[in-house]
Amino acid sequence: MNEKTPGAVITAIASVSLVIMVFLLYFLLQEGLPALREVSIRELILGFDWYPTEEPPALGMAPLIVGSLSVTALSALIAIPLSIAIAVFLSEVAPTWVQEVLKPALELLGFLPSIVLGFLGMVVLAPWLQESFDLLSGLNLLNASVLMGAMIIPIVASLAEESFQAVPRELRDASFALGATRWETIRKVVFPAALPGLLSASLLGIMRALGETMVVLMAAGGAALVPVSIFDPVRPLTSAIAAEMGETPVGSTHYHALFFAGLILLAMTLGINLISMWIEKKGKERWMA
Amino acid sequence: MSRKYVDRLASAVLWTSAATLVIVLLSVMAYILANGAEAISWEFLTQPPRDSMTKGGISTPIIGTFQLVLVSMTFAVPVGIATGIFFAEYASAGIFTTMLRLCVRCLAGVPSVVYGLFGLSLFVIFLRFGSCLLSAGLTLGCLALPLIITASETALLAVPQDFRLASYALGAGKWQTVKKVVLPAAMPTILTGAILSVGRVAGETAPIIFTGAAFFAPNVAKSLFQEVMALPYHIMVLATAGTHIEQTRPIQYGTVLVLLMVVMGVSSVGIIARARLRRKRK
Repeated sequence: MNEKTPGAVITAIASVSLVIMVFLLYFLLQEGLPALREVSIRELILGFDWYPTEEPPALGMAPLIVGSLSVTALSALIAIPLSIAIAVFLSEVAPTWVQEVLKPALELLGFLPSIVLGFLGMVVLAPWLQESFDLLSGLNLLNASVLMGAMIIPIVASLAEESFQAVPRELRDASFALGATRWETIRKVVFPAALPGLLSASLLGIMRALGETMVVLMAAGGAALVPVSIFDPVRPLTSAIAAEMGETPVGSTHYHALFFAGLILLAMTLGINLISMWIEKKGKERWMA
Repeated sequence: MSRKYVDRLASAVLWTSAATLVIVLLSVMAYILANGAEAISWEFLTQPPRDSMTKGGISTPIIGTFQLVLVSMTFAVPVGIATGIFFAEYASAGIFTTMLRLCVRCLAGVPSVVYGLFGLSLFVIFLRFGSCLLSAGLTLGCLALPLIITASETALLAVPQDFRLASYALGAGKWQTVKKVVLPAAMPTILTGAILSVGRVAGETAPIIFTGAAFFAPNVAKSLFQEVMALPYHIMVLATAGTHIEQTRPIQYGTVLVLLMVVMGVSSVGIIARARLRRKRK
């Protein structure tokens, strides 16, 4: 066998990822863009009526987009401060034995299937919310956001912990040598030094929340309305796709519109991913200098 | 004095937030265990669902989940390891490598429901596989691929350079070195990465809803071109789409518990094995 052959084969197999990415973009565009033949892009993105099964269908995705953004924002608001607190604790405060237990536990929590969280939202959190706040239904924006928060805490906390760990020991020692307490060192030295990493960790958590499906499908209530309060039900893009794709005929305008919703999701998550990559690169360069 | 007080207070807050997480996590687990344990019996694990899924067990979804994992890993593990080898051993700085890295990173961030759309349009419709085990398995494989690639590359890069140099000094070529020296040394770590991705794949629902998961199937799939029942989708069906939602609550809790035990069991094995390997290396 020629010594060059294995390398060529490995390279060929490696390009499978490239092929998948290209196909993914191609099929989403091919199936999503035809939606624009029947509905203007303005109506599709800014229209406030989502009645896809009526005749003629109303395909305004604004409530879905607002639904996605509101669940993501609220869950980020709940999860990011807590995640960073846990990361600070793990990296700066916790004794070794606590680290050894908590770190794997946190990682394990990241494997919790989202369907399990969605289920808990339906059968535990929803009845509780309904009773405590005297609501018509406990399946709403708040319910989904709390669960989504639980979903992204492990991701954000472990990435944030890594970026705290990456701060050189010398910086802390210098601060302690100047007489600073541990909290002062965390707040004024470690935290600013880790900031790019924390930002990137938060963005990756937000990216995950935007794309998460099962939690919102089961716990967010599913009404395609723009929420006015945190107790209103929402229907994010992901849950619209998951709930409606099975029931719509292949090739219908509704079908294409759902692929267009997928395109919007893909564009948002890719954008966030690229921004976080850029921040990570900047952060690395800073330590190099 | 007040500076010290603030420092203590901050520590207390941090301890509390970590403790809260642990308490919430443990009580959720205990709650599921308490409610699910009643439903679990030998019959529950070995019988298929009966009477429009209001009675009987969950053997078909359990087997279906294993079949899906098997198909996805058959695709993702070899391709993932090969790509890891490419990045760690063969890649030269250039446009191809940069593009490929970008793709892997972006694929890792693609929402699972978008993988579902991709699987629907590529495997189910374009390649005419239909909604079946093969389509759903491959879709899950695509989702797992970036995880395995990253795990493989990290494992290969952790193999000391001396191993490679020693092999070259003995006259071995590049591929021989990779195959006989580097890959075996990295293999245990790569496998733990693969185990962890099994944990991820087994619990996924969104990618399989319209690529091959069955609402109900009377039998276990006997070919790649049949639909399969899967644990996560079964939970969703029972909890949202059945006509006896309240009546089947015990079955739902039981299924959730079984799924949790499968996913958490597999993932803990991966996490513990990886921790052991790390300690050994040190």
